[in-house]
Amino acid sequence: MKIGKKNLSAENVIFTTLNSTFLILLSVAMIYPMLNTLAISFNEGMDTVRGGIYLWPRIFSLQNYRVVFHMDTIYGAFMISVLKTIVIVITNLFFTSMLAYALSRREFIFRKSITVLFVMTMYFNAGLIPNYMLIRDLHMINTFTVYWLPNIISAFNLIVIRTYIRSIPESFIESAKIDGAREFRIFLQIILPLCVPTLATIALFVAVGSWNSWFDTFLYNSAKQSLSTLQYELQKLLASAMNAGNTSAGVGAAAAQSGAGNVTTPQSIRAAITIVVAVPILLVYPFLQRYFVNGLALGGVKG
Amino acid sequence: MRAKTLALPKNRRNIWGTIISQRELIIMSVPLLLYKILFSYVPITGWTMAFQNFKPAIRNTFDQQWVGFDNFVKLFTGINGERFIRDIRNTLAQSILTLVVGYLGAIVLSLLLNEVKNIGFKSIIQNITYMPHFLSWIIVAGLVSSALALPSSGGIVNIVLMKLHIINEPVQFLSNPDYFWGVVAGSHLWKELGWNTIIYLAAMTAIDPALYEAAEIDGANRYHKMWNVTLPSIKPTIVILLIMSIGWILEAGFEIQYFLGNGLVIEKAETIDIFVLNYGIKMGNYSLATVAGIFKTGVSIILIAGANFIAGRLGEEKLI
Repeated sequence: MKIGKKNLSAENVIFTTLNSTFLILLSVAMIYPMLNTLAISFNEGMDTVRGGIYLWPRIFSLQNYRVVFHMDTIYGAFMISVLKTIVIVITNLFFTSMLAYALSRREFIFRKSITVLFVMTMYFNAGLIPNYMLIRDLHMINTFTVYWLPNIISAFNLIVIRTYIRSIPESFIESAKIDGAREFRIFLQIILPLCVPTLATIALFVAVGSWNSWFDTFLYNSAKQSLSTLQYELQKLLASAMNAGNTSAGVGAAAAQSGAGNVTTPQSIRAAITIVVAVPILLVYPFLQRYFVNGLALGGVKG
Repeated sequence: MRAKTLALPKNRRNIWGTIISQRELIIMSVPLLLYKILFSYVPITGWTMAFQNFKPAIRNTFDQQWVGFDNFVKLFTGINGERFIRDIRNTLAQSILTLVVGYLGAIVLSLLLNEVKNIGFKSIIQNITYMPHFLSWIIVAGLVSSALALPSSGGIVNIVLMKLHIINEPVQFLSNPDYFWGVVAGSHLWKELGWNTIIYLAAMTAIDPALYEAAEIDGANRYHKMWNVTLPSIKPTIVILLIMSIGWILEAGFEIQYFLGNGLVIEKAETIDIFVLNYGIKMGNYSLATVAGIFKTGVSIILIAGANFIAGRLGEEKLI
């Protein structure tokens, strides 16, 4: 028995070492591309073309960021991305939870029919062209409205919030009713504050989704530069780099782009923009991380 | 008026009474229902385009030329047909490869993470592997294209493979169509591997420790426990997720193919979604794009219903 245990522990050491090594290598593979982009974004543009930049800049330079922050298109796109995300989060949370409250009330006569009509939309989609035609007919092409109005309710979040509201004791609502509170006030002053943990999780996911989306800009607002978003600007840069075939092909073109003494290249500008686009997500990440494991596990069980 | 209301049958009167007493709930919900009908159900009327030779310039839908099922025939025959059937193949191949690689990867990684006893180390690894999930596909596409570039452009994958002497010549990952399905599956794996472990790890925390103790008493080593305790315990989760994803098999993702699919690899890159985008938005052939969309929706609904039926048969909770 004793010998067996000893063997087991030797085997344990080997397994733990191999397992840890594998997990560390995997993490390196996950994080390297991001660190590499960060290093390139802080490296002098022409020097990057020579290659050999891995985790640390060779010739440190802020020129790439200086150029990026002086591009009017990027500044405007940044503001639109922020504004769009704020508007979507507020409208989406408010309307989704208001509907969820109504659907959580068991005595509500349209509860079943409304729920079914919403849940069904999770499983089918009219398709790209019919949706595009609708937006066109509503005169929402090249407007800011198209960013948020089609997205004020998501069926999945609706079900999650409704399930959560149902877990709140009925007596809260009943006592408020006895005090003469109307439904809307009950929702606003009693239910909404109690839902904050769930709403915080959903808000972060909605914000990430909105921040990361590019297709709405591409499809509906690509003709209006003043409504462009960061993701779409990044996509355009990426597309032009892909068309050039090789990243170093457009060096000459970009050299003209920067007025100052230092020279930037498409590759280094792209790296800097990538960092600018990714940083807001990485800033909310610590907040997200607190919630998402519990939130997702809960959603999986109850959803 | 009042007398008339009173004369209605009792339950009918009750309905109106309920509606009046629940008017606040109705005000809170029915406008949102109408909103949803407008944005999700009204577009279905656009499916009439499938039966027309649709010209965007003509505003009144009834003035369009009606062509019956011509567009359905066109989609599957001739040059369009060849292209569309090729795109169905690409969609299925990319989707299945992504699914298989992603599932096996997530299950193996959660088993390995579950064996880590050092909580701090485990949570660092978890956080790092979750991170790519939050990056947008555009960023991921940019990172993938840099990582897979030639060594002269800093393509790290080629550099590492050459240093390890696994290859002697750099591989043209992004311009050789044969690699494209692998690139798609690999990109998905990189982005979602860590994130997909969450649900398995959650299932593993629910395993009764007594099962492990009992196995130890029976002389089970680590691998026996993994194989005979952990895996069977998360089997329901594995099965339900697998069935669920069958319903989404035509959703091969869209962005990575769109961003990385250059002219050299289009043969293997174009999926149904990109077909719809190219025909509809770029070429202005709304009718054919709509037909392709209807085909995809139809197949998806059949698959989801089938998955739901199978889940029910297996005694799992129904998905819908």
